[in-house]
Amino acid sequence: MLNFLVTFIPRAIMQGIPLLYGSTGEILTEKSGNLNLGIPGIMYMGAISSVIGAFYYETFRTSMNPILAVLIPLVCCLLGSFLTGLLYCFLTVSLRANQNVTGLAITTFGVGFGNFFGGSLIKLSNAEVPAIVLGGTSGYIKTTLPFANTTGWFGQVFLSYGFLAYLAIIIALVASYVLKRTRVGLHLRAVGESPATADAAGINVVKYKYVATCVGSMIAGLGGLYYVLDYSNGIWSHNAFGDRGWLAIALVIFTIWRPSVSILASILFGGLYILYLYIPTGTEMAIKEIYKMFPYVITLLVLIIVSLRKKREDQPPMSLGLPYFREER
Amino acid sequence: MEGITKRFGSVVANNAIHLELHEGEILSLLGENGSGKTTLMNMLSGIYYPDEGQIYIHDKPVTISSPKDAFDNGIGMIHQHFKLVDVFTATENIILGLNEDGKMNLKEAGKRIKEISQKYGFEIDPDQKIYNMSVSQKQTVEIVKVLYRGADILILDEPTAVLTPQETDRLFAVMRNMQKDGKSLIIITHKLHEVLEVSDRVAILRKGEYIGDVLTKNADQQSLTDMMVGRAVSLNIDRPLPVDPKPRLEVKDLTVHDELGVKRLKDISFTAYSGEILGIAGVAGSGQRELLEAISGLYPIAKGSIIYHNPKTNTTGNLAGKDPLEIQKAGISMAFVPEDRLGMGLVGSMGMTGNMMLRSWRNNKGPFLDKKEPERVANEVWKELEVVTPSVDFPVRRMSGGNVQKVLVGREIAQDPAVLMTAYAVRGLDINTSYTIYNLLTAEKMKGVAVIYVGEDLDVLLELCDRLLVLCGGQVSGVVDARTTDKREVGMLMTRVGGNTNEK
Repeated sequence: MLNFLVTFIPRAIMQGIPLLYGSTGEILTEKSGNLNLGIPGIMYMGAISSVIGAFYYETFRTSMNPILAVLIPLVCCLLGSFLTGLLYCFLTVSLRANQNVTGLAITTFGVGFGNFFGGSLIKLSNAEVPAIVLGGTSGYIKTTLPFANTTGWFGQVFLSYGFLAYLAIIIALVASYVLKRTRVGLHLRAVGESPATADAAGINVVKYKYVATCVGSMIAGLGGLYYVLDYSNGIWSHNAFGDRGWLAIALVIFTIWRPSVSILASILFGGLYILYLYIPTGTEMAIKEIYKMFPYVITLLVLIIVSLRKKREDQPPMSLGLPYFREER
Repeated sequence: MEGITKRFGSVVANNAIHLELHEGEILSLLGENGSGKTTLMNMLSGIYYPDEGQIYIHDKPVTISSPKDAFDNGIGMIHQHFKLVDVFTATENIILGLNEDGKMNLKEAGKRIKEISQKYGFEIDPDQKIYNMSVSQKQTVEIVKVLYRGADILILDEPTAVLTPQETDRLFAVMRNMQKDGKSLIIITHKLHEVLEVSDRVAILRKGEYIGDVLTKNADQQSLTDMMVGRAVSLNIDRPLPVDPKPRLEVKDLTVHDELGVKRLKDISFTAYSGEILGIAGVAGSGQRELLEAISGLYPIAKGSIIYHNPKTNTTGNLAGKDPLEIQKAGISMAFVPEDRLGMGLVGSMGMTGNMMLRSWRNNKGPFLDKKEPERVANEVWKELEVVTPSVDFPVRRMSGGNVQKVLVGREIAQDPAVLMTAYAVRGLDINTSYTIYNLLTAEKMKGVAVIYVGEDLDVLLELCDRLLVLCGGQVSGVVDARTTDKREVGMLMTRVGGNTNEK
């Protein structure tokens, strides 16, 4: 049993990290009143942008500088997801387009963009299998602490991850602190709850919405990068990222908009997501599909429980999904 | 403020307004609904930006293009609809938007809030959540918020509309404390006695134009009303005698229960006659709403019958237990104006035409909507009731409150009903618009319609209606002739069933 846990928990954590990035980003975004359903697409954008950056660096340099090998995909990823977030903001905040429609369009666009350029790169690399392998970059990104392997099960469960995993947790904690304890967080929550109130209090609603959404997108994009360059050892293949973006959005509801809760919840979701791999062999495929439903079923349960409790603090930001226009009465 | 002009679409909300405010004075801004008071103040507080004109503070020209600019210039506005975040505490709301140096310190802020409260005589708990607060507490938070920012010009937009008389007195006391402290206050209201009670000077707006100002000590209710409406409002409502009254609606032993099984109406019996206005008086929540909803089929009836004599078909039938659509088709219509004015009966984002269509689409044949008929009705209402709107397709949500009500009442009248029920039709309306509505109701009565009028203002009930049905705690405490009774008698009935002083 202990052996099972020692192998299962790290797998669950590694599955959970992209979800944690995604949900932290989405929580920040939603706190500003923007329901960004484009997160799955933005995570794809983050992933493919980093892949493109890493691909060119790996292909056209004979010797790799470890710092650049990490920085280049990172910067590309942030840039790609930032631009997508900016597009979302421009459409929904400046042009006041419907947020749901825009978000879904961005998801479709992001997934398509990722697969298209992924496909192009696969052609460029003339690989035999339909995938890009960026082992070099991944190696650097996955670097773990030198003593991780020497500390037994403790090291395996807690220390065996690349720096991006710890970064995800730090970002979630920082986001949580900012939202709860700082003036910026207070203003951001006010914007999401009641933009008219925030506006009357002299808060620049448009700025907060833009910044929160773009920063949120960049954080979510890192989830894509982590998945490809760390979890999958730098292998990009068609649709590999799957529906993890939606899982991240489900996590937002599951954690009732709390990034700190999301740290554990994402690991739980990650574990549930791969649980089907651990059921006894020979079980029917259909059963496996049922296992994959677990995260969503749990999210539904949380929604039901939260709705029954009727606590005002547990409700989504009041103006979530609504555009704001000052002179509208 | 000099030469301030603001337009919405083609409607001019403010036209070349010139307004002065002196230090340490309380100025009342008086005007009818939609005369542009709130719009003008919104430009001072940075919500709107004037199309033309210049604002001066201490003789220096200033530009106020955002609420932040307003704060920087020491202007704070307490809006009619509170701008508070429900899930935040009082303190969080108050410090919202401030960029003080250093770390956010809620405890320190709470202490300062307590100090301000003590100085001016407020009662406030800094850690209370807004959604747990009463309306008056929320208003206190708004005022403290403005003071916390060091504002020395305070604008209060209809602050007393939501307060009880005691709370109003407390607010006025606080306002005088602030005045003594050298602050200047502008109060928007259309309750004349409050204007006379609290302010030093009155400025009057009419249809977006500045009419003039007058020192309160030189003014009285009559002179202010004249300035406000532009012509002397006849204080007597035209009340012709009912023509050929015949029973139209007979309610017998009507009893209803709410979801919790509490009796909301108990053995109500009365008859509404054609060609008369039956007023329904009572303290708020005495069962007025339930009665109208029971008649129109929206509220389940536990016991009793509603006999209706249909003048079109000359048949008589029981309405109890029928669904609202059948009742409406039979010629009974209801115009209920709830507190938020828009909550019942109108769709905010649709224009007048669309809202008219909500009633008329069932008469359409075939799958397509006929837009011509509702458009005609909308145009008729627009003209006859003088609704101020750029077009019949302008969303009603963006009209001012009074105009929304005109649309609602106008639509019900346009149905050509046999029984017209209105509740709080003049709620929040200025005198002139109220009279338009009274005249409409009287015109309906003269057409032979049985009008049921639920109202709050006893003076109006006594002058408008032919008979008064007084409700008290869900029971009929009396039916009196409105021509012969007086306020005292009705007041007694409203508080005691049967007017018997021995009863509790």
